[in-house]
Amino acid sequence: MAGSTPASATASPLGKPAASASLWAESWLRFKRHRLAYLSLWVLGLLVLAVLLGPFVYKVGINDIDFKARLAPPSWQHPMGTDDLGRDLLARALYGGRISLAVGFASMVVAILVGVTIGAIAGISRGWVDAVLMWVTDLFLSLPQLPMLLVLIFFFRDGLKAIVGPEVGIFLLIVLVIGGFRWMPAARLVRAQFFSLREKEFVEAARALGASTQRQVARHILPNALGPVIVAATIDVAAAIILESTLSFLGLGFPPDIPTWGRILFDAKDYLDIAMHWSLFPGLAIFITVLSISFIGDGLRDALDPRRVM
Amino acid sequence: MSVPPLLQVKGLKKHFPIRGGLLRRVVDHVHAVDGVSFELAAGETLGVVGESGCGKSTTGRCVLRLIEPTAGEVLFEGRDVGAMGPQELRGLARDMQIIFQDPFASLNPRMTVAAIVGEGLVIHKLADGPRAIEERVVQLLETVGLSSDHMRRYPHEFSGGQRQRIGIARALAVNPKLVVCDEAVSALDVSIQAQVINLLEDLREQFNLTYIFIAHDLSVVEHISHRVAVMYLGRIVEVAPSRDLYTSPRHPYTEALLSAVPIPDPTVARKRIVLEGDVPSPIHPPKGCHFHPRCPRAQAQCKTDAPVLRELAPGHVAACHFPN
Amino acid sequence: MALLEIQGLKTHFKTEDGWLHAVDGVDIAIDRGETVGIVGESGCGKSVTAKTVLKLIDMPPGKIVAGKVLWKGRDLVPLPPEAMQKIRAKEISIIFQEPMTSLNPVYRVGEQIAESLRLHEGLSRKDALDRAVEMLKLVRIPTPERRVNDYPHQFSGGMRQRVMIAIALACKPQLVIADEPTTALDVTIQAQILDLLGRLKDEMGMAVMLITHAMGVVAEVAQRVVVMYAGKVVEEAPVRELFAHPRHPYTQGLIHSIPRIDLDARHKVRLEAIPGTVPKLIDPPEGCRFAARCKHVRTECRQATPPLREVASGHRVACILDLPT
Repeated sequence: MAGSTPASATASPLGKPAASASLWAESWLRFKRHRLAYLSLWVLGLLVLAVLLGPFVYKVGINDIDFKARLAPPSWQHPMGTDDLGRDLLARALYGGRISLAVGFASMVVAILVGVTIGAIAGISRGWVDAVLMWVTDLFLSLPQLPMLLVLIFFFRDGLKAIVGPEVGIFLLIVLVIGGFRWMPAARLVRAQFFSLREKEFVEAARALGASTQRQVARHILPNALGPVIVAATIDVAAAIILESTLSFLGLGFPPDIPTWGRILFDAKDYLDIAMHWSLFPGLAIFITVLSISFIGDGLRDALDPRRVM
Repeated sequence: MSVPPLLQVKGLKKHFPIRGGLLRRVVDHVHAVDGVSFELAAGETLGVVGESGCGKSTTGRCVLRLIEPTAGEVLFEGRDVGAMGPQELRGLARDMQIIFQDPFASLNPRMTVAAIVGEGLVIHKLADGPRAIEERVVQLLETVGLSSDHMRRYPHEFSGGQRQRIGIARALAVNPKLVVCDEAVSALDVSIQAQVINLLEDLREQFNLTYIFIAHDLSVVEHISHRVAVMYLGRIVEVAPSRDLYTSPRHPYTEALLSAVPIPDPTVARKRIVLEGDVPSPIHPPKGCHFHPRCPRAQAQCKTDAPVLRELAPGHVAACHFPN
Repeated sequence: MALLEIQGLKTHFKTEDGWLHAVDGVDIAIDRGETVGIVGESGCGKSVTAKTVLKLIDMPPGKIVAGKVLWKGRDLVPLPPEAMQKIRAKEISIIFQEPMTSLNPVYRVGEQIAESLRLHEGLSRKDALDRAVEMLKLVRIPTPERRVNDYPHQFSGGMRQRVMIAIALACKPQLVIADEPTTALDVTIQAQILDLLGRLKDEMGMAVMLITHAMGVVAEVAQRVVVMYAGKVVEEAPVRELFAHPRHPYTQGLIHSIPRIDLDARHKVRLEAIPGTVPKLIDPPEGCRFAARCKHVRTECRQATPPLREVASGHRVACILDLPT
C-alpha cells in the first residue's frame, strides 16, 4: 500500500547518467573551471616532480667544486649558472627544493593535525574545556612568531643534533616549530564550523538514531567541517616555505652545506651585483611555488563554496 | 483490562538559559515549554498545533530527550525516559524516532542515500553484514516510494519531497513505535505535501505507528490526527478529538486560530476573529493566563490565575476560566 | 486599456548547465483597482514574473529574452535604469516575503519610509518624516510618533511587514506587487495583514498583484486568479469560477490535494496527490509541461504546447482537452 505513492511518475526521475556525482567530484569540477588554479596545480605538480626526480636525471653533484667556473652565468653546462665555488646551481636548487617543499608540506601536516584536533575538541565540548583551549589558542596567537622561532631553534638545535643527527634534527625542529606556531587559525576555523554544524538537523538526526558523540563527529561533523580547513592548509604550506627560507636566510635554518632555497639566497646575497643569477633562480623558485599554492588555495575556496555544499 | 498508554508526559518544562554580562551569568530564561502534560495511546496520532514560539517543536524534542527537559516526566511504555543512562537511551532510539522539517538540512550532504538510510541499521546492528544492510535499505526505499536506483546518489540530487521520503526511510529503519513528525510537511509544496501526507498515513496503517504530528497548518493537522492539542506560549490550552476541536472549540485562542485559517473556497463568508497585537515573548510570559493580553474575553481573574486543563466534554479539555 | 499588461514575457537565467526557462511566455493583465492573484508552487516562475515587471532581476545571469511589460501602454522592458527608478515605488511598488531581511537593520524605520518620499516627491526631511508617521498610523502601528524612530529589530515579524507595507504605499502607487507577503508569518498575524491589505486596498484604490502558493489566501483576497506551472500560465479565471469549475488538470489536482477542514465528512478522505515532481526548466521539452504528471495525458499533448483558449467568459485554459470540472 505504501508503495502506491511513488515519488515520480516518470521512468528516470532524476534525468542524470548512472554515475552519481558526489560532492567531492562536483567540487573537483568546479575547481577545474578556475583556470588559474588549475594551471597552478600543473605548475606545482611539475615543480614537485622536478625536485623529486630531478637529481636522478640531472646527475651533477651538488658539491662538485670547480673554481674555473666560478660565478658563471647560465649556460648549457650550467643551466642556472654556478656559485662562488663553481658548484652547479640547478643541481643545488633541485636538491634543496626537496627540503624546502618537504618542510612546507610537513609543517602544514603538523599545523593541521594539531589545529583540527584542538578545534574539534573545543567545538564539541562546551564550558570550561572550550574556554581553556581558546585561551591557549589566544596565547599562542599573541606570541611573536619569528623571534620565538629563533629562540627555540637556538636552544634546541644542538640537543636534537645530538639525538638524531644534524639533518633530521634540524628538519624535525623546524617542522615542529613552524607547525607549532601555525595551528591556531585552523583550530579557530574548525571550532567555528563545529559550532554551526552541531546544530544542524542532520547531526540531530544522527543523535536521534542513537549515534555516539564519536560517531557524530567522525561521520557527520568533521567531513563537513573540512572545507575551510583545506583552504587554510594551502596557505600554511606557502607560509611555511617562506618561513623556512627566512630562517635559512638568517643563517639559522639547516646546516650551511644543505642548499635549501633560502640558504642559497643567503650565500648569494653578497654577490647580488656581480652574479645576479645566483639569487634570481632560487628567488624565482620560491616565488613560483608560493604563487601557485596561493592560486590553488583560491580555486579551492571557490570549489568548496558552502553556497552549494552546505 | 486497560492498556497503559504508550507515552505519558507530565508537567514537562524546558527553560533555556540566557547568559549575559561579563561573567556570562544566567540573567533570564526562555520559557519555551512551561508545563505540558498529555498521554498517547499506541496507534494514535496526536496533532500539536500552535504558532511560532509556542514550544511545540521543543516539546517533541524533549520527548525523545534530544533536548534535556528542565523539569517534568516522560514515560515511554511505563519507563522513565529522564532516568535512562546512555545505553538505555540508545535502545530507546529504536523505539522513538523523528522526522524533521527542513528537507535540505536534515540529510548529511556528504553521505549517500544508502548510508543515510542504513545508518540506524549499522548503529544498532540490525542487519548482518553489508549485503543484508543493502537489502534492507532497498526495502525501506521502496516502502517510501523511492527505488534502488537512488541508493548511491547524494541528497542534493533530489527534490524536497524526495528528501523527506529519505528522512522517513531513515526513521523507519530501526522499526520505531513512535515517530515525532516535526513540521514534516511544512516546507513542501502543496501537491508534494499531499503525497507525503498520504505516505505517512499508509505507513501508519502498515506498521501500526504512533505519531506526534507537530505543525502550524491546521488543515493538515485535522486531516491526519485523531486528537489535536493546541499550544500557546509553552502551554497546552486545549486538547480534543480533531472533529470536536474544529466544530466546537472551547478556548478563545483556538477559536481565533481556526477563524484565521484561509479557506480555499471563495464562496464561504469568513467571520474572522482578528487578534490584537503580537505573540508575546517567551522570556517574560504574561502572568496568570498566558493569553490574557490578547484575549477578547479576558477578565480580572485571568491576569492573576493561570487556568488548568479541565474536562469540558468527553475527551475534550481546555485551560480557560471562561470557555465556550 | 489595462493598467499593467504583460505580453509573452520570457525571462531566462544562464546557469552552469544551460539556460533556465524560468518564465517562458506569460500573458497577464491587471486593470485599475483590480486584485489579481498569481498562484503556483515553487519553481513555477511567479516570483520571477513579478520581479521582472520592476526589473529587479540580476541581469546577468537573468535576461528578458522576449516579451513586453506595458505599464499604462508604455513598454518597461527597454527602459534605462534612470527611467525605471522613477517608476519604482512611485507608480509600482513591491512588498517582499521576508520581513526579517527586507528592512535595512542600520536605518531607523521612519527614515526607510521617508526615503522614497524624499526621492520621488522631493519632500524635505522633516516633511517626509511627518508623512512617515502618518503612514505608520495607516498601517495600524500603535504609538507611531515614537515608533518612527525605532530600528527594525525592535519590531516583531508582523509589525515589520506592516512597515514594509507602509514603505510600499508611501508614494501612493497605482499598483502594489505583493510577493508572498504572509508566507513567513504565523496564521493569526497573517490574518491581521490580509485584513489590513484589504482595507488599504479599498481606501486607496490601488491594484494589487498578489503572488502566493496558498490557495486559501487567493480565495479570500483575489478577484481574478492566474495559475502558473513550470514557467507558463495554465489557467486564468475570476476567483469563484476558478474554484467552482477548474478546467486544467493541474488546477484540479492542486485544489484536490489541499487538506480541507471538512466537518461534514463521515470519514477522512484520502488526499488526491499529483504524482511526480516539477520538470526541470533547463532546455524544457516540447509539448505541455504538465504532460508527465497528467492523468488525462494523450499523445497530442506532448507534441505542441497548448495555447490559452477561452472556455467561458473571462476563463482561459491552456489544455487541449475538455475536462469535466
